[in-house]
Amino acid sequence: MRRRDPRARAGAIILTAFATMVFVFLMLPVLVVFPISVSSAAYLQFPPPGFSWQWYQRFLDDPSWMDATWRSVQAASVCTVLSMGLGVPLTFLLVRSRRRGIWMLDRLAAAPIIVPTIILSIAIYGVFARLQLIGEWYGVAIAHTVLALPFVVILVGAGLRGFDETQEQAAAGLGASWAVAVWRITLPQLRPSLVSAAFLAFISSFDELVVAMFLSGASMTLPKKMFDNIMMEIDPTIAAVSVMQILLVGACLGLTALFGRGVLATTMSR
Amino acid sequence: MSSPAAEREGPARKRERHLLLLGLPAILLLLGLFAWPVLRLLAMSVQDGTLTQLERAATDELYVAVLFDSLQIAGLVMVICLLLAYPVALWLTRAGPLGVALGMFALLLPFWTSVLVRTYAWMVLLGRNGVVNRALRDWGLIEQPLPLLHNLGGVLIGMVHVLLPYMVFPIYAALLRIDPDLSRAAEGLGASRWSAFRRVVLPLSLAGVGAGCALVFVLALGFFITPALLGGGRVVMISMLIEQQVRELLDWPFAAALSAVLLTVTLAVYAVINRVSRSARLATP
Amino acid sequence: MRLSVTGIVKRFGAVTALAGIDLTVEEGEFLTILGPSGSGKTTLLKAVAGFEVPDEGQVHLGDQDVTLSAARHRNVGMVFQNYALFPHMTVAENIAFPLEMRRVSKPEITKRVGETLALVELETYGARLPRQLSGGQQQRVALARAIVFGPALLLLDEPFGALDRKLRESLQLEVRRLQRRLRLTTLFITHDQEEALIMSDRIAVMDQGRIQQIGTPADVYDKPVSRFVADFIGESNLIEGTAANGQVVLPGFGTLAHPDAPASGPVTLLLRPEAMRVGAEARAAHCQAQCTVLEAIFLGLSIKLRLRPEQGPDLLARLPLRPSDPPPAAEGSSVLVGFSPEDVHVVPRG
Repeated sequence: MRRRDPRARAGAIILTAFATMVFVFLMLPVLVVFPISVSSAAYLQFPPPGFSWQWYQRFLDDPSWMDATWRSVQAASVCTVLSMGLGVPLTFLLVRSRRRGIWMLDRLAAAPIIVPTIILSIAIYGVFARLQLIGEWYGVAIAHTVLALPFVVILVGAGLRGFDETQEQAAAGLGASWAVAVWRITLPQLRPSLVSAAFLAFISSFDELVVAMFLSGASMTLPKKMFDNIMMEIDPTIAAVSVMQILLVGACLGLTALFGRGVLATTMSR
Repeated sequence: MSSPAAEREGPARKRERHLLLLGLPAILLLLGLFAWPVLRLLAMSVQDGTLTQLERAATDELYVAVLFDSLQIAGLVMVICLLLAYPVALWLTRAGPLGVALGMFALLLPFWTSVLVRTYAWMVLLGRNGVVNRALRDWGLIEQPLPLLHNLGGVLIGMVHVLLPYMVFPIYAALLRIDPDLSRAAEGLGASRWSAFRRVVLPLSLAGVGAGCALVFVLALGFFITPALLGGGRVVMISMLIEQQVRELLDWPFAAALSAVLLTVTLAVYAVINRVSRSARLATP
Repeated sequence: MRLSVTGIVKRFGAVTALAGIDLTVEEGEFLTILGPSGSGKTTLLKAVAGFEVPDEGQVHLGDQDVTLSAARHRNVGMVFQNYALFPHMTVAENIAFPLEMRRVSKPEITKRVGETLALVELETYGARLPRQLSGGQQQRVALARAIVFGPALLLLDEPFGALDRKLRESLQLEVRRLQRRLRLTTLFITHDQEEALIMSDRIAVMDQGRIQQIGTPADVYDKPVSRFVADFIGESNLIEGTAANGQVVLPGFGTLAHPDAPASGPVTLLLRPEAMRVGAEARAAHCQAQCTVLEAIFLGLSIKLRLRPEQGPDLLARLPLRPSDPPPAAEGSSVLVGFSPEDVHVVPRG
């Protein structure tokens, strides 16, 4: 054992205790929904008096919950496809171009993160109302794409900056067109960034509430349905939905850790 | 013999053209569904040709009070996050692999869980008959339930919970970039562990602190869901005011004016904190 | 195939990277572009490879004008400085890539990849990833990938820079053998003069966007056409003198008659350190001077002396050394140094 200054030792212990408390604070809300979701009580009660799957049953049996879930999955999928399809090419422009004004586009692409969501929501609402896109799930998907683009650009940009461009030159010298070089050489090596970006885009849309509140109208997304439910009545169906969402996120995190840039890098770009 | 320069489009120029084509769809989307709508909204605040709406948003006592409350809440959240996040980030740099894995799990899972789920969980935890009050009562620490929800305290707890990771990650990243030999060198030169930290590690991590503060403050200022649900109507932030103007009062010009104020304050704060952290970064290798 | 470059000019804003380059590499020839960094050699390489289009001038491969054609249509194999191997593909996939791009049939690809791997003596490494290979092996994979499709021209961009000395020397010879055997027209870029002397049929010395001299290694070493070339290649003593009445006056060394010297005016003489005569050998030399030995550096096969004459700049001398020889001169001692007309080369003034 290494001998240490007792004061430094005390400091380390205090630091560990403090960090542990913060971690408990962070985990508490995530953990608390698990027991509630399997409560046998008819209303919110803690600790639950008994075990029951009734809230999961109620979620699965209620068409309005299922509709909202399906709509959110659709919107998040389309948002993922759009933000990747538009964002990855945009990233090539932002990272590779040597044009002088390119920094302005860089700012434009990052701006949706900084502009408060409420402003963005009512701004898009104003436009969509005219185009009669309110209440259409794909309208929500398109609006979410604007929000997801910065994540894609940041994450894929980090990958692309770390990529040695002479490989594309080498491919060209060996007979590949630029498109083939990007497809065969560059993108496969960016795969971790791409997986992470896609995951981020999906989750950001799937969880998004403020934009959806304005744009989804009567055809609610899952977060909007949950919000209304919380406002109306606190019944443990929400807890069941929450548990499923946490498990979904956990699974996605696991997949990203396996195939993506690593969970940490993904998170740090958010 | 030699062909004129105009015909000779080099690979560099051709490449720029291809790149622009690639980026164009996304740029059009950003212009059409982001820049234009936001500008259009801001223009609504002066659409009657006067600055009346803006003036009202910026001077009316009620709205100014809400703006200051929002700034105050954002500031409080930022400070609390910083106080909690720095020790955690520091601990992470010193922990072993298992500690880092557990710590990261505790940071990441809640971080990725929807804000709505977490806010709901806090309502369950902090309510009059919530988990916390019941536990305290069962342990005999209190007789009457503490008012934890529907007040500033509840809003702060919820917002800090959501925003804390945004503070931890930049600071952790900055701390990781610091060569551990630096503080060893300082100790070798006769500094105590504490002064090695204060004179070497702390200054070098300021860039991360700045980035975290900017992010947390800006995000906190625009918060909507958490204060709406945990504040129970007693805590009003400016984004809630904007929502109310649009949804309930249908007063678009005034909502636009409030948006203009919020956006201006947001960008200003962001610029200031960025400037400060950039000058801190200049001192970093 | 024969490569010919005529009148190539390339400017980047106000900077002229290439100021009119004319160059021919004959079929099967190994030609080296030698120059310091910033001399324009990389820009020239890019123009030949198709990564840069020159503002003026033409690049011909065989009879074909390829000045404006894209890199992928040029049929040029290139080995990059850092090899640019595709890290996500195996060695065999890397080598198969140019064949795939040329739509060669699957069985044919397998056959040619196998043959080429054998050529660079990496038969058993086909399934490995580049990062599982040593630096020298990676370099051979890069070479295999550049020659597998039978390119009209092979470009080598400082491919030995990242390797340690011993490995570099053995690979240099290996590449040279392979190039001779396959009769590959090769353009080699380097800033390392030693490497250029070892490998080339001819060397083109570049500086400031121009070719300063082109010739065999012996030519550029023994008969440099300018101070720059003399200085850049090998170690050199440049002795300044003045010509008058058919004699060159060298301060401190007396006078010397040389057939190449001008009738009058200033003259620069190149004297290679190994041509310098020291001690007893110097007594018969035309020009002589007494020098102080400032430094004697033991180099294994030879000893290098830094000498200070009574007049003029310090000189270098290199003396062969056998294990039985006594040290020829101690530091601080005084020795006689000399040279004759056949030892020096008159550097033309330009």
